[in-house]
Amino acid sequence: MKHFGFIAAVWMSIGLMSCSNQENNPVEEKSFADHFSGTVQNTRVNTAMAYIPGGEYKPFYGSDTSLVKVEPFLLDERPVTNGEYLDFVKSNPAWQKSNVKRIFADTAYLHNWSSDTTLPEGANADAPICNISWFAAKAYAESIGKRLPTLDEWEFVAMADATSPNARSKSEYSDRIIDLYLQKNRQFNPVKHSPPNYWGVYNMFDLIWEWTDDFNSILTTGDSRSGQYEDKSLFCAGGATSATDILNYAAFMRFALRTSLKADFTVANLGFRCARDTVVHLNK
Amino acid sequence: MNRFYFFLAAMFLLTSCEDKQKHPEPLPSDSIFNLSSQWKNQYGDSLYLKDLQGKTLVVVMIYTSCKTACPILVSKMKSIESKIAKKDKRDVSLVLVSIDPETDTPARLHEFAKTNQMSDPQWVFLTSNESSTQEFANVLSMKYKKISPIDFSHSNIISVFSPDGQLVSQEEGAIDVDKVVLTLHETVQKSK
Repeated sequence: MKHFGFIAAVWMSIGLMSCSNQENNPVEEKSFADHFSGTVQNTRVNTAMAYIPGGEYKPFYGSDTSLVKVEPFLLDERPVTNGEYLDFVKSNPAWQKSNVKRIFADTAYLHNWSSDTTLPEGANADAPICNISWFAAKAYAESIGKRLPTLDEWEFVAMADATSPNARSKSEYSDRIIDLYLQKNRQFNPVKHSPPNYWGVYNMFDLIWEWTDDFNSILTTGDSRSGQYEDKSLFCAGGATSATDILNYAAFMRFALRTSLKADFTVANLGFRCARDTVVHLNK
Repeated sequence: MNRFYFFLAAMFLLTSCEDKQKHPEPLPSDSIFNLSSQWKNQYGDSLYLKDLQGKTLVVVMIYTSCKTACPILVSKMKSIESKIAKKDKRDVSLVLVSIDPETDTPARLHEFAKTNQMSDPQWVFLTSNESSTQEFANVLSMKYKKISPIDFSHSNIISVFSPDGQLVSQEEGAIDVDKVVLTLHETVQKSK
């Protein structure tokens, strides 16, 4: 009898404790914090990265002729694959397709996956992951201590062909990329099955389009009309006349795509790769 | 007998636990309050966007050293504020988010608020770090770019959010103040 009373008392106090815990940590808030707080987990981090020494480069468009400086950085040698992204959502259920918050990804997010943790039927685990939003790409990168490359970093590496760091003046450089862009369904092919560029980086053009960290930094059309005219070179066909490199139609296509994106969009042939600073900032 | 009361009390506690679990209601999946970024207001207090929950929000992104578009945006915000129906006022927050976190410290935002007579409690100024600012701009589909150490190029958007953080409307470019005020009024009424 006394015994039971004691057990009941313990039971009650457990009840009280769990109550107060719940008040302090609403379930909703906790599950969300996992998105970006650095507690996101990923076990596969071993994609080789190419060292890019940086330098000055002339952005593809813009009427001013000033050069943009790119600091040294590391870039994944290839895009993130289906298999790697599967591992990511397995250890981070918040990014599974039935759990993802709508504000972070539109309804087409991983829409072709058979389940939350099953790749699309017939998908190659080594093909690049697509149908993911900017938020998802950013969360993935942060989960392995990396980040997305900036637009300037990506374009800096994209200037290279197989033999030179800047092939923009070669006519076959642009022709080759346009040819690649015209091939259909190339996003289903595995990574690293084509030769690398000068920096040892694979698949810059032949499989997918890629998210960049600051894709939202190109101001055009509607924005230009709203009183800001900084990037009018892309407005009203201005791009054709004030692009620094009018032969580089491939780059124009990339900029056009980026301006049309919103961060929650998911696109069937838009994926990403990660980057990292060469210097680790401990206090970041 | 003793045992019986203990049992009753324990059951009672357990039930009350369950009730609390159901409350508060989960945020809508598309709510901006799902963002976990940390911000500081013009008084230097740390807060999450979620702390703005419960009021209809009018949100704009600006930077205080801006000489061109932002003064117009700020005056539009003031004009919106002046046109809010009296009975709606305490259900609305007007939020100005800095796109220049490096320059716009809480102290600077406080000074800016004072200079522009925006010191009443419905005015909220927020500043964070570059990454959170970029993320928030992306949620608003707002484009911006640092074009020099003191200047940004950016799109002009005023957004209205419901009290649980869902986007109700966005006005871009030449912003029609009366339209924003009307949306605001409807949103406040709907949430009552």
